[in-house]
Amino acid sequence: MRQSYKLIFERSHEGRRAYDLPALDVPAVDAIPANMKNEAKLDLPELGEVDLVRHYTNLSRRNFGVDNGFYPLGSCTMKYNPKINEEVAGMFEDMHPLLDEDMSQGALRMMYDLEGYLAEICGMDAFTLQPAAGAHGELAGLMLIRAYHEKRGDTERTTIIVPDAAHGTNPASAVMAGFKVKEIKSAPDGGVDLDALREAVGPDTAGLMLTNPSTLGLFERNIKQIASIVHEAGGLLYYDGANLNAIMGIVRPGDMGFDVMHINLHKTFSTPHGGGGPGSGPVGFKKHLAPFMPVPVLVEREGMIELDYDRPDTIGKVKMFYGNFAVCVRAFAYIRSLGGKGLREASENAVLNANYIKNAMRGVFDIPHDRICMHECIVTPTEEMMEKGVHTTDVAKALIDRGYHPPTIYFPLIVHEAMMIEPTESESRETLDEFIEAMKEIASEALTAPESVKACPKNTPIGRPDETTAARKPIVRYVKPE
Amino acid sequence: MKSYVPNTEKERREMLEAIGLKSMDDLFSDIPEDLKLDRELDLPAPMSEMELRELMMGYVLQNDEGGLLFRGAGAYRHYIPSVVPQLAARSEFYTAYTPYQAEMSQGMLQSIFEWQTVICNLTGMEASNASVYDGATAASEAILMMRDSKRKSKVLYSAGLNPDVITTIKTYAHCYGIELVEIPLNKDGITDMAALEANLPESAGFIAAQPNYFGCIENMDAISEAVHAQKALLVSYVNPISLGAVKRPGDYGADIAIGDAQPMGLPLNFGGPYVGFMATGGKLVRNLPGRIAGETTDAEGGRAYVLTLQAREQHIRRDKASSNICSNQMLCAIMSTIYACTMGPEGMREVAEQNIAKAHYLADEICKIPGMKLRYATAFFNEFVIDTETPAGQINEALKDMGIVGGLILPDGGMLWCATEMNSKEDIDFLTDMLKNIVEGGMEQ
Repeated sequence: MRQSYKLIFERSHEGRRAYDLPALDVPAVDAIPANMKNEAKLDLPELGEVDLVRHYTNLSRRNFGVDNGFYPLGSCTMKYNPKINEEVAGMFEDMHPLLDEDMSQGALRMMYDLEGYLAEICGMDAFTLQPAAGAHGELAGLMLIRAYHEKRGDTERTTIIVPDAAHGTNPASAVMAGFKVKEIKSAPDGGVDLDALREAVGPDTAGLMLTNPSTLGLFERNIKQIASIVHEAGGLLYYDGANLNAIMGIVRPGDMGFDVMHINLHKTFSTPHGGGGPGSGPVGFKKHLAPFMPVPVLVEREGMIELDYDRPDTIGKVKMFYGNFAVCVRAFAYIRSLGGKGLREASENAVLNANYIKNAMRGVFDIPHDRICMHECIVTPTEEMMEKGVHTTDVAKALIDRGYHPPTIYFPLIVHEAMMIEPTESESRETLDEFIEAMKEIASEALTAPESVKACPKNTPIGRPDETTAARKPIVRYVKPE
Repeated sequence: MKSYVPNTEKERREMLEAIGLKSMDDLFSDIPEDLKLDRELDLPAPMSEMELRELMMGYVLQNDEGGLLFRGAGAYRHYIPSVVPQLAARSEFYTAYTPYQAEMSQGMLQSIFEWQTVICNLTGMEASNASVYDGATAASEAILMMRDSKRKSKVLYSAGLNPDVITTIKTYAHCYGIELVEIPLNKDGITDMAALEANLPESAGFIAAQPNYFGCIENMDAISEAVHAQKALLVSYVNPISLGAVKRPGDYGADIAIGDAQPMGLPLNFGGPYVGFMATGGKLVRNLPGRIAGETTDAEGGRAYVLTLQAREQHIRRDKASSNICSNQMLCAIMSTIYACTMGPEGMREVAEQNIAKAHYLADEICKIPGMKLRYATAFFNEFVIDTETPAGQINEALKDMGIVGGLILPDGGMLWCATEMNSKEDIDFLTDMLKNIVEGGMEQ
C-alpha cells in the first residue's frame, strides 16, 4: 500500500503546455513601466493536459470523502451532499456580483428567501448570509453583541463567557472581536455549571457562547435558567450552531432564549465541505440586533429585492460582496427539497443513528455520559485497553485500516481520550452495524494484540507521519533541488 | 418527496426497539416540553428533484445578466479551462472535511502543499497558508499580523484598495482596537508618497494594492523603500493574474503578499466562494493565520504531508490563537492551483499580456468618443477610469438594453471599465459603437 507520490512540480518538462488561448486580436502593448515589469519566467509546472489530469485524478484517490464511505467525524455533520445541489448551484456561476439590482433579481430573491427559511428554522427574526464559515459567523455575531452594548453606552461589557467544553473557535472568535474571555468549568455531566455561571456573570458580561446540544452531544436541560442568568446580568446569548443537525423542527435556538447565532451550512444543510472549505456561516439574530447587521441588507421594496447600504449603525462588512453565494444556493436547494417535514425527519434520524451506535458501544468502550444523546455520542477506550497502551489515536488509525474515517478525537477537551461519533441521518442500519462490528473487533484486538492496533494504519499510502519534525523544521513549499 | 434518509419506517422502529425506546419523540425527552416546537416548520412543501430543477430555473430566469461584460472591480471574468471544474468535481476532494487524519487525506494535504508552492512562486515569497475566505479577510488578517509583529497599533492603507476591502478592514480594525489611516492617491491615481511618508513613523505598516482598484500600476519600488526606511512592514494586495507581467511582491521586498485568487480559475458566482491567499517569509511565518500543510516523513521514511505549525491555531491555543479561522476555502484553492498549473509560466504570461492589450485597446477606443477621457495618465493593467460628460447612469441603462454590462459607476460619476482575454476585438468594437451612438444621441437631445 505504501506509495509516495510526485508533486506536480516534479512532473514538469520545459516547453510542455496544457493551455491555449485565442490569438491576440488587438495590438500588443508594452504598457508596464520597466521597473514594475516581471521579465522572469514564473516558476510553475509545465505539463501536457493528460498528465495534469492524471496527477489530480490520482491525487483525489489518495483522499477520502463522504462519497467514499462512512465519515462519523463528530461536530462536523458529514452527511451526504446531494448531487442535484451541485448542478443547480452551477446555474448562477456566470453572474458578476456588481450587476445592477434589476439584472440580478433571481440571485437576490434566492438569498432573501433563504434568509427567511433559516429564520423560521432557528426561531430568529432575521439572517445575514455574509460570513464565509462557522468561525467567521461567530466573529460577525460577536461583533453584533459588541455593537449592541456600545450603542447603549454599556462600554464596560468586555467579557464573553465560554464553557470549557466549547469549540476552540469560540474563545478565539471572542478575542478577535475584541473581548476578554472568561472560561467556566462544566458540570460533571458536561453541561453548564449553573453556580459557576452565576459566579461568572456581572456588569462586565457581554454575553455567553453556548453550543446546544453541547459538544458532548447532550441537550442542555437547564437552558432556560442559563438564559435568564445571562439576560438578568445584562448579557446576550450566542448560539454556536455547529450542532443544529440534532434539533431541526424540534426545538429552536430563538425559542431557547438565544439572541444571536450562526449556522454552518456545510454541516446541517448538506453543502459539501470541499476538504476544508468553502463553508458558509450565516448569522441569525433577534430584532434588537438588526440595526448592527453587516451591509448590504436585502430588503424587499415594491416586489424588488434591493441591497440596502444605508444602515447607520451597521458593523460594516466582514467579507467582500454577499458571502459564499454558491454554497448558499446548495443549502437553499436542500431546504426546498426536504421542506419542514423532511428537515425534522433528518434530525430525528440523526439522533436515532447516534443513539443506536451509543447503545451498541456499551460494554465495548466506556461511555462517560450514558444517557440519551442527541446527534453524536462520546466513547473512550476502557481502562484495560489503555493499560495495554492502546489509546484513542490507535483506535482511530485502526478504523482507517477498516475503511472508515475516524470520529473526532481528543475533543471535547473535558473528556479524557474522547472519541466523538456523529453518524448523521445519511447512514443506513447496515452501515452502522458494520461500523459497530469494526469497533468491537478493534476493542478486542486492543486486549489480545495491542501491538497490532498500535501499528495501524497499514493499508494507507503513508504510515503515521512525524508531526513533531514537521513543526520543528517546517517545509511548507517545494523548492527545486539545485 | 425527497428524503436522503435510507432507513425505512420498519427499520427505524426496529432500531428504536434495539435501544429500548418506543417512538422518535422519546429521543428528545431531555428537551423541556414547553420549549419544543408544537407545529411543523413553516417552510414551502418538499419537492422532487425534477420540481426543484424547475424551481431553480424560475429563479435563474429572474436574472438578466447581459451577454457582454466589461465590469471587474474585484471580481473578474477569465477563461476557465475545462480541466479545472472537471477535476475539482472529484468527490474524493469535495465531499471531504478538513484533513485531520493525514493517512487518509494525503490527496488534500499534498494539494494544499502544491497550492502553497504556487502562491509562493507567483508572489516571490517563502511561505503561504492554506487560504483564507477572500481578499478582504486576507487584508484583515494581515493587519493583525502587522500589529502583532511590530507591536504598534496604527496601520496605513491605500485609498486604492477595493472599497469592500476597505470596509472590511475597518470593521475588523474597530474590534482589534487598531487605528487605520487612509493614504490618499495623487492626481495620477497612485499612492501620494508625501502623505505616506508623513504617516509612516509609528506605524506598523502599509497595505498597498497592485494594480490598485482603479487599475493603476503603483511604483512599488518607491513605496517599499519608503516603508522600510521607517522599519514598517509592506503588505502588497495583488491580482494574481497580473503576475505574469507585473513584478512580484517578493521582488520589491514586500513583507506579506495577499489577494484574492478568484481570477485564477474560479467562476464569478455572484461574489463567492472566492479564495484569499496570504504569503510571507522569515519570522512572520509563525504569525500566519489558519491551516498550513507541511512536508514530513512517515515512520518508514516515506514522504508525507501533514497540517503543521498548529500551535498557532484555535483548536490548540483557543483564546491565544493567531486567528479564529477554522474552515477556509480549500476546494477553491485547489481550483486556482489547477488553473495555474494548466496555464504554466507561458500561459500566465500570455493571459496577463492579453489583459493589458485588451484593456488598452478598449481604453483607446473609448477615448476616441467625444466627451470621454481617461482620468489617470498612469500605466494600467486590465482596468481604468473614464470620465464622461454624458452621465454614466444614462450610458449604462442604454447599454443594458443591448445586453451589455458597462463599466462600474464610481461614487464620483466616473466609470471603472475592465477588459480581459474574454473580450474579443469584435465585442469591444460593438461596445464602443454603441457608446458612440449613446453619446451622440445624448448630444442631439
